[in-house]
Amino acid sequence: MSALAGLRVVELAHERIALAGKLLGDMGADVVVVEPLGGCPTRWHEPFVDDVPDPERSLTWWHYNTSKRSIELDWKRPEGLAALQALLAEADVLLESEDPGVLGAHGLTDGVLTGVLPRLVHVSMTPFGPTGERRDERATDLTLLAGGGPAWNCGYDDHTLPPIRGGGGHGYAIGCHYAVLSVLTAVLHRELGGRGQRVDVSMHAAANVTTEMGSYNWLVAKGTVQRQTGRHAGQTPSMPSQQRCADGRYVNTGVPPRTPGEYAKLLAWLRDLGLEGELPEAVFLEMGAKRDRIDLSKIGVDDEVTAIFAAGREALTFIAGRVGAREFFLGAQRAGIPVGVIYAPEEAYEDEHFVARGFQVEVEQPQLGRTVRYPGAPYAFEKSRWAISRAAPRLGEHTDEILAEVGVDAARLRAAGVVGSGGQSS
Amino acid sequence: MKALEGIRVCDFTGQLAGAGATKWLAAFGADVIRIEDPVNQGAWDILRSVPPFVDDRRGPDFGGGFNNHNVEKRAITLNLRTERGKELLAAIVERSDVVTENFAAGVLERWGFGYAALKALRPDIIYVSNCGFGHTGPYADFKTWGPIVQALSGLTFTSGLPDMEPAGWGFSYMDHTGGFYMAMAVLLALIHRQRTGEGQWVDMACCETGLTLNGPAILDYTVNGRPMRRPGQPNGNRSDWPRMAPHGIYRAQGDDEWVAIACRDDRDWRACIAVIGEAWAGETCWATLAGRLAAQDRLDERLNGWCGRRGKFDVQRAFQAAGVPAAAVQKPEERIDHDPATAEFGLWPLVRHTKMGEVRVDGLPVRFAETPWTIQRGGPCVGEHTEEVLVELLGLSAAEVAALREEGVV
Repeated sequence: MSALAGLRVVELAHERIALAGKLLGDMGADVVVVEPLGGCPTRWHEPFVDDVPDPERSLTWWHYNTSKRSIELDWKRPEGLAALQALLAEADVLLESEDPGVLGAHGLTDGVLTGVLPRLVHVSMTPFGPTGERRDERATDLTLLAGGGPAWNCGYDDHTLPPIRGGGGHGYAIGCHYAVLSVLTAVLHRELGGRGQRVDVSMHAAANVTTEMGSYNWLVAKGTVQRQTGRHAGQTPSMPSQQRCADGRYVNTGVPPRTPGEYAKLLAWLRDLGLEGELPEAVFLEMGAKRDRIDLSKIGVDDEVTAIFAAGREALTFIAGRVGAREFFLGAQRAGIPVGVIYAPEEAYEDEHFVARGFQVEVEQPQLGRTVRYPGAPYAFEKSRWAISRAAPRLGEHTDEILAEVGVDAARLRAAGVVGSGGQSS
Repeated sequence: MKALEGIRVCDFTGQLAGAGATKWLAAFGADVIRIEDPVNQGAWDILRSVPPFVDDRRGPDFGGGFNNHNVEKRAITLNLRTERGKELLAAIVERSDVVTENFAAGVLERWGFGYAALKALRPDIIYVSNCGFGHTGPYADFKTWGPIVQALSGLTFTSGLPDMEPAGWGFSYMDHTGGFYMAMAVLLALIHRQRTGEGQWVDMACCETGLTLNGPAILDYTVNGRPMRRPGQPNGNRSDWPRMAPHGIYRAQGDDEWVAIACRDDRDWRACIAVIGEAWAGETCWATLAGRLAAQDRLDERLNGWCGRRGKFDVQRAFQAAGVPAAAVQKPEERIDHDPATAEFGLWPLVRHTKMGEVRVDGLPVRFAETPWTIQRGGPCVGEHTEEVLVELLGLSAAEVAALREEGVV
């Protein structure tokens, strides 16, 4: 069974909150995404199937709205609001990311939400929270990551180049992860005998506490980390850890070998590759392999330890220059040295390990009349079913069915112009 | 009232990828008991003894990162090499709802506490493990840490300027994120148990978790056959999905000062023209998104010039006043000590640590109306709660605990 089977979630469609609804839907919740007339603007986000712009062909919409049903409803007008309230009366969770004040201005105050619906968990995720002097500032994924701290940590050793924000919508994702944690915590509290409640999530605050040392070096010791190419921002420069391999692709060389066993395996790998003769430092690898232990605190003090440690790093760099990135990754890991190949997303997706674990999932895609391969589960539950129960809904695909479930006459609302025709034309 | 009062977690986690998960649970009232090794003084969690430090004192009770990730938890030591230590752990598991760990795959199994053993002790136990590659598959024996997970899951690749080596993340983003999903897994499994009475094992492979965050890029590949590894990618701070321009992080006045601007549409651009107030901005070539995208390099150069003559917060204010998203790239001091929006959320609570004294830590970016989080108690010292837990939870006497200490069991 699904962990969230029977949990009814109403999500007011917004690009910021879509991932949170997907995570709940894929765990079995019944997520109804409420789209404005004409559809959520995210439907016009690239990339499109075959690059043909169309609200039913946005792969961004497809990914973030799996396992949801869609109702096309103008809840900002009174007849539509009444229908939304009918939905909320039957719901467990309201998930939304409207700008501060928007819900209240349209009649959805706390009084008519958690005030009269004691079971309702209302999670409101906004860029800066609902109060405070910055609450109305405009924000996008980029500006949240810039203002909230993550971007300060990321970029290149060369500080004439700007800080870099990782691509892929992570400013929104960080907020959504906290929104999902909030939903689950509040729902569990309710299941344990408590009542529903309102939860506010600040996306700016969420980014601020997702910077690792960026924040706590300052909090603890007033230290300011500085960005470095491909490695942790730090207060003092660290050794480079990215290496270009023979095929032009990069690896992260991780932490160099530190134990005699690791030196032995590294040396054996070097020999397997037939490269020992080309690396003069191999003699130090052999010395490392033969020692009882290697006292890293003696680096820079004891010449032999210093040479051994340097040789480990040197050997990894040397091998990387002779083999492809994936071969380097596999060889080093088999030698017990934790390194990583820097994959493009599609390369990771096709890697044998993730394929073997069933990460690629096929989803029936009605628009194409065939199945499409999607990313799989972020976690593997033994019993709770994770599944993309349906592809992202077409605009208003479930309008009539959803309204019927709460006893609202769709025809009357359609005549009033507050629900779309999506459900009928499809 | 606390949301998770009465939930007990037998916690083997460490670093951020695991400890971050149980931090959330502890802040909402779960009783999180860290189990550590008395022989090496909890050294498996390396954050126990690495910088930052509040002063000159060093050792496993002074790591600033450890304190940050372990607030509101208790810590005991148990020597699992001894039979008595294993018995005590078994007794704790019997009294716990959840067991969490982020060791390399198989470590807990080798100690005799794999899932089957845990389930024998408590049939409805929830066991959540988090490691880089999971417990099955060809790489199950491989080792990872944050940056390697990011490399394997496509996230390092997608952070960088076109045709340069990856910039990557500059911090263990996937340790944070792995912790988020691990906490979600615990909560989902608790909800599942509440409804069905059954426990379960959740096997998290952090690389897979990271890979799910590339959704549209993966669909662009599986549906359109377009790989992300192609000329011009990654695209730095530009936005392809949705398309926006200008969209970037621009050099502001001062040393290493930067400001982000995101012009979402043509309406935003008309507002930008007024803010910029220079003739070039009004040229018709920039009036449409297509025009701005076609000459992004030149547009970015213009904006770098314009921003470079102004302070980053002045730029932020000017664009925000016109309704255009903009944000200074804030340094730690600026966002922690001078930003009203983090202060508003009470984001940096002061905790009391038994040895370090008062220290500020990362709070949680959420406000619960009924069941707020609490972060007041600092991260536990090694074995700080051994006696308390063994006496209260297992009913041992103080003398018995003292004897265990003599025998090296705790």
